[in-house]
Amino acid sequence: MELTTDVLMDMHRRMVRIRLFEEAAGKLAEAAKLPGFLHLYVGQEAVAAGVCATLSDDDQITSTHRGHGHLVAKGGQFNEMMAELMGKATGYCKGKGGSMHISNLDVGMLGANGIVGAGAPIAVGAGFANKYKGNGNVAAAFFGDGSTNIGAFHEAANMACALRLPVLFICENNEYGEFTPRNKTMAITDIVDRAAGYGMPGVIVDGMDVVAVHEAAVEAAARARRGEGPSLIEAKTYRFYNHHGIQNLGLKYRADDEVAKWRERDPIFTFEDKLIQAGNATRSDFDQVWGELRADIAAAIEFAEASPLPTPDQLLADVYTVMTGAAT
Amino acid sequence: MSRKLSYVQAFNEAVRQEMAADDNVFCAGEDIGAFGGVFQTYAGLQKEFGERRVVDTPISEQAIIGLGVGAAVTGLRPIVDIMFMDFICVAFDQIVNQAAKLKYMFGGSATIPLTITTGGGAGLSAAAQHSQSLEALLCHIPGLKVVQPSNPYDMKGLMTACIRENNPTIMIKHKRLLGMQGEVPEEPYAIPLGVASVLREGTDVTVVGWGRMVNEALTVANKLAEDGISVEVIDPRTLQPLDTATIVASVRKTNRVIVVHEAVRFGGLGAEIAAQIQEEAFDYLDAPVGRIAAPFSPVPFTPTLEQAYLPSAADIEAKIRAIVARPGS
Repeated sequence: MELTTDVLMDMHRRMVRIRLFEEAAGKLAEAAKLPGFLHLYVGQEAVAAGVCATLSDDDQITSTHRGHGHLVAKGGQFNEMMAELMGKATGYCKGKGGSMHISNLDVGMLGANGIVGAGAPIAVGAGFANKYKGNGNVAAAFFGDGSTNIGAFHEAANMACALRLPVLFICENNEYGEFTPRNKTMAITDIVDRAAGYGMPGVIVDGMDVVAVHEAAVEAAARARRGEGPSLIEAKTYRFYNHHGIQNLGLKYRADDEVAKWRERDPIFTFEDKLIQAGNATRSDFDQVWGELRADIAAAIEFAEASPLPTPDQLLADVYTVMTGAAT
Repeated sequence: MSRKLSYVQAFNEAVRQEMAADDNVFCAGEDIGAFGGVFQTYAGLQKEFGERRVVDTPISEQAIIGLGVGAAVTGLRPIVDIMFMDFICVAFDQIVNQAAKLKYMFGGSATIPLTITTGGGAGLSAAAQHSQSLEALLCHIPGLKVVQPSNPYDMKGLMTACIRENNPTIMIKHKRLLGMQGEVPEEPYAIPLGVASVLREGTDVTVVGWGRMVNEALTVANKLAEDGISVEVIDPRTLQPLDTATIVASVRKTNRVIVVHEAVRFGGLGAEIAAQIQEEAFDYLDAPVGRIAAPFSPVPFTPTLEQAYLPSAADIEAKIRAIVARPGS
């Protein structure tokens, strides 16, 4: 598949946006400026960017507790995202969701999710609605290797295949379910082996290579849009930071040299080298992208810090949709 | 025009009429298509509306609710069926952590017009995993609405309201009422959620109940009227949100109240209703709020034990006689 420079630079930009957002969030968390948990997506950028580059705002995604990257890649804006992480009234969820539930339905992002595996059945429902309406849209479920051990994943995969729904199952295999290595929790090496059990095609891609991810996603999305049903893509990837927070080295559950080895395969820097070699872009093109986006991040932090916190009268708003004319 | 329909037929008619009125309404669940559902509540709907709109699913309760949540948040109005209420436990994450919470977690941007239908209640020797009344678990979750009709008229009106509702609702059909006959208007109508029904007016004591139990209470009330005991019978119909105002107004009039339900007593909805009554009408009470409920036990299989487990008309009568015999202030 020959990708245009525009597409390549678009994917690069999505990855840099994720990286800068996450690095900034990590620093704010270290400075105790963010309440709650923070699960950073750094290292896995190629997966969200490669998949979302073939989706429109009308296609949907479901996400995980490591969900900022998915929203950024789907078109989420820094201001509203940073404000949400700070619990501000101007955040995407008005400060009621935070990092683990960040969402923006306008760009088809149906929510990060604090429950491992819970996004996949919801993606199946979105896929069902697409097929029902005949709108040609697809729903992509992002999930980790660990969540393929939970029942919800199996039910969702089977149902999507049984009903032939336009759904993409995108497994981000980062080799750890929280703090436990994958080989302690499953007897198979490749998640993709599970695809055959549901009757869908499955493919392994290098999750550090945005082009490889993108090509697989383009094929799976085209198949889904043709009405041929779901596909599973297993992207082999790695998170550079800890399960939560910004710490990366010196923790006992991953060897420092393992982390260092994966960092050498950084999905952004290796991609930049390739594009320069191929003549698609120059170092100064990339410097300009990083520079612009750094300024955007700085502005977003400023916006979020200056934003008001929700007032206590907002506590009970949004529990229910108010039915006009109903006696409730 | 009104005519006699069964509880099941009333449910079926509500679904059929709402499906005819709105293409965004669809049904999904186990065995509901060609077979019509194990209680025949969905009978004939697939034949009328086709496989696109009446969908047989795998036996996958989490994915069934997830299908409903995902379709609802993207603009459809799903009706998803969980065959027996006991099986909601299999799907509890999707009900409690997803359906109920998406709107709030997303700062109000999501709308979840999802109806979950299920069959609850004991009395069929279906034993401990096919007989429970778990409404208290659901009423405890902010974001959900919960209804249980006690007759065909309420069934059609409440089911219609559930389908038109823009929040996740759970319609609990009582399995022992499926064949109950009653007058039901032909035209579509919705009974507003959160509005109780005073099934019988009285002055001596209020009995609050729902599902099959409120019908037992009504039978007892009619019998006791011959002995000069005037019983007011209230069916909240919607258990979440609860129409506390109607219950409290009644208690202020009768000064005595009993709550009866089929669910186990400990932590049951009767405890919540009793607490609200003492908060709102303490000075009006001539007796402690009475509770009649199942004992703290799984539902047994064999008929003699199941009968011992279930609250009965005799239990209700005895409790009413005792509470009205207590001297008032």
